Amino acid sequence: MKWWQIKKTDADLERELRSDLELEEQEQREGGISEEETRYAALRAFGNPTLIREQTRAIWSWNWLGSFARDLRFSLRTLRRTPGFTVIAILVMALGIGANVALFTVVRGVLLKPLPFHDPDRLVMLYEAGLHEDDTAGSNEVSGGMYAEWKKQNRSYSSLALAQGIRVGLSGSGGQLPEKLNSALFSWDLLRTLGVQPALGRDFTQADDNPAASGTVLLSWGLWKRRFGSDPAILNQTIDLDAEPYTVIGVMPAGFDFPDSSTQLWTPVYHDKPKDTMTSFSDHMFSVVGRLKPGVGTPQGVGDLSVISQRIHNAHLNDPFVFRSAKSRPLLEHIVGEIKKPLYVLLEATGCLLLIACLNVANLLVARAAARRKELAIRSALGGGWLRLIGERLIECLLLSASGGVLGLLFAFAALQWLTQTRHDMSRVQSIHIDGVVAAFTVGVIVLCALFSGLIAAFSISDKRILGALHEASRSVRGSSARATLRRVLLTVEVGLTVILLIGAGLLLKSYERLRSADMGCITQDVITMHLGLPDARYATPAQRANFYDTLLDRVRALPGVDAAGFATVAPGQGPGPDWTFSIAEHPPLPQGSGLVALSRWADAKYFGAMGIPILRGRTFDGGKRLDAANEVIISQILRRPVLSRRRSPGPAPPRTRAKCRHCGDCGRYPLRNRRNTEAGAILPAGCRGGERRHACDSLQPRPGAVRASGTAHRLRDGPRSARLRCADHEPVAQQIDRGPELQHRAARRVRHGVAGSCRGGPVRRDVLHRSAADDRNRHPRRAGRKARTGDAKDVAGWNAARCLRSCRRTRGKPGSQPVDARLAL
Amino acid sequence: MSSMAKQAQQRVGLLQGTLDMLILRTLLYGPAHGHQIGKHIQRTTNEFLQMQHGSLYPALHRLERRGWVVSQWETAPDRNREFKYYRLTDKGRKQLLVEESQWKQMAEAVARVLWPAAEEN
Repeated sequence: MKWWQIKKTDADLERELRSDLELEEQEQREGGISEEETRYAALRAFGNPTLIREQTRAIWSWNWLGSFARDLRFSLRTLRRTPGFTVIAILVMALGIGANVALFTVVRGVLLKPLPFHDPDRLVMLYEAGLHEDDTAGSNEVSGGMYAEWKKQNRSYSSLALAQGIRVGLSGSGGQLPEKLNSALFSWDLLRTLGVQPALGRDFTQADDNPAASGTVLLSWGLWKRRFGSDPAILNQTIDLDAEPYTVIGVMPAGFDFPDSSTQLWTPVYHDKPKDTMTSFSDHMFSVVGRLKPGVGTPQGVGDLSVISQRIHNAHLNDPFVFRSAKSRPLLEHIVGEIKKPLYVLLEATGCLLLIACLNVANLLVARAAARRKELAIRSALGGGWLRLIGERLIECLLLSASGGVLGLLFAFAALQWLTQTRHDMSRVQSIHIDGVVAAFTVGVIVLCALFSGLIAAFSISDKRILGALHEASRSVRGSSARATLRRVLLTVEVGLTVILLIGAGLLLKSYERLRSADMGCITQDVITMHLGLPDARYATPAQRANFYDTLLDRVRALPGVDAAGFATVAPGQGPGPDWTFSIAEHPPLPQGSGLVALSRWADAKYFGAMGIPILRGRTFDGGKRLDAANEVIISQILRRPVLSRRRSPGPAPPRTRAKCRHCGDCGRYPLRNRRNTEAGAILPAGCRGGERRHACDSLQPRPGAVRASGTAHRLRDGPRSARLRCADHEPVAQQIDRGPELQHRAARRVRHGVAGSCRGGPVRRDVLHRSAADDRNRHPRRAGRKARTGDAKDVAGWNAARCLRSCRRTRGKPGSQPVDARLAL
Repeated sequence: MSSMAKQAQQRVGLLQGTLDMLILRTLLYGPAHGHQIGKHIQRTTNEFLQMQHGSLYPALHRLERRGWVVSQWETAPDRNREFKYYRLTDKGRKQLLVEESQWKQMAEAVARVLWPAAEEN
């Protein structure tokens, strides 16, 4: 029988039963039973026509559809009669299902979907490891020299490629404003290693990737669309990056964002980096991606590289920063590593939430079933089968949870829109969207919820004492004790789950509140920080730059409402920043193979005052000692304690600990001190007031600053800009302004994600959650091993400066010919 | 409730497929409507088998779906009104033969187990 014939067949059946029943009545009448008795007698003999009809209909193949439709109609009617219950149940379900769907979508997009590369399972991220003999936990980014050796000698990887995230200034042209962009250096074969092709144009070739070649650049899809109006004619045209000409050779497909989501263009690394960086074994700054050969396992590949590393280490025993071995982990893990755990914890929490929602709805349904006992008893008496009644309950639940699911899907959609639009810094955020699998998941959750809450409610009405129920119901609607027990159990489970969630949420909030109220060691109220980029063309020499920054600081300090202003390369709460090696001239030479390293940042003399960082001993920098004359350094308390005092203890004490780098003061509790590895403290090489050669030397480094204002910081937000900070038409100056509380907030976020971890030797971490434009410099905080040779008579600060300056000359051809990133703290 | 439960037990007690065979056999005499079929089985077995309409009509519809019987509204010769008459098809006839032989084999097999001595004699 076909479903469209059901109506006709149903009418036919009814007619058949009626005619047969009438015949029965007739026969009864003929048997001599009185007129009023005949109908009852016939019914007794015949049976319940409604029930017979139901039983006969069950034979029809499409009967389930009809009964489903009937149950659906009936459920809709009953739900409409109790709008309060319906709305509450739907909302509860919507919250539970919505949260789960949203989080499942995120987990699927970020953790479960394979990377959009060819055969991603064979891709691994490689690190150097084994700084010390017994060091098994630590790992570091790879040095250019080690990469070259690995690439040359290994037999386990079909290709090894190298990447480094940097920032470049894209010059303004054709009426477009200049801007600072997150960019990446790639070795020519990186795209080949990943198995990705440009959407337009061509990939880098080996010929592009050397210092003698002319500059080439690949654009991201987003940049091409936004900045160049999706014009394919951009291919083979020249754009200026850091005032150097680069030919656009291709546009990457939308969604390609290696090594991180904010990368907007790619340039060849051997072309951009000086030769000695690329051959050094102690400048650890590159990410290396390898593709394992078929049949080669991860341990075998790592073993292969470790042998090479050990050989090189043995050949450079006097250099303490050449690592001994290699480490690897899957590329996906490298990209999502930090976010995996929080996501799964959140998923568990939302799972708990869903369970609570289901229990809530089940509880409401049980209460409702108690109230509807009389109705249910009447329906049972009329021949309603138990299964049929349960089916109807389930359909009612399905209706509730389906409505909740649809609403929840909308919630989830809105939440995901918000997430993808506000959190560009989250890894793989672009691969989060609602697709068929998520839809299937939603349907699954809906059905599960309906079954769960529906069955609990259905079994609460399964008692068969209809007559009792009718009697009881006529007097009161008090449920049986079994039902009361069921509700008590439900309630207990629900409260238990809620308490678990509450405790988790409470602990999380408490930790967050503690992080936010943690003493940063500096003033955070009414402090504004901002980035500065100084155009290269007009400020070619260090002296010019120094003058610019002096003038800038003077003008900012003269702004009404500004109390103090200063510069630093890394603002408090921004993360560790680069680390540098140093030596102390007065100390006996260190044993072969060991060296000292400290987080380093540059500041101007009034930075400490502006940020309210106390100088515990000594004084701040001498403002008169600038540029080549700068030879002072301020060290932090934690650096002083372990390094300086420990070195003093063995052997005959030197008459006075006086490093060549003049030890002129102990800076107080500097924020984000290193808690795990006290060997690496924070050293503050100084002697550069805002705008000395150090600014020029920071081609590889950020340049932050700080200004404090009395009164409200809000008013000052645009102040520095208006103070004629824009000193060149074609280069960006101010990038981003943060207020003090945001500074603290950012620091709190950073600490929470463990980025303030050890500066060397610790596990490699990536600040995957917080890669905003302002923060992206911290992606490679462990640039260990800018090494001052032991016994070198030069002071640390001066040495660093000189070396930086050299390196930037080598990098860019002209001395300091690139815009410098700066952070001005207000 | 208790009478309904007892009826249900009786229904369950009836061997699966037996009712179909009885209906088909009844229809061998000629077309009949549901009520007639029920009454006929009841009368033939001397009221031993109490025909439940709750099983009769589903069985009729099942047989019709399998193509063993066809139905048609016809006026009853003795009463001036229409009834739904079921008529055996060729397929139904064949099915009846199959079921009869199966039933016979079954009954003989059961008898052999229950009264082995009688069999030997």
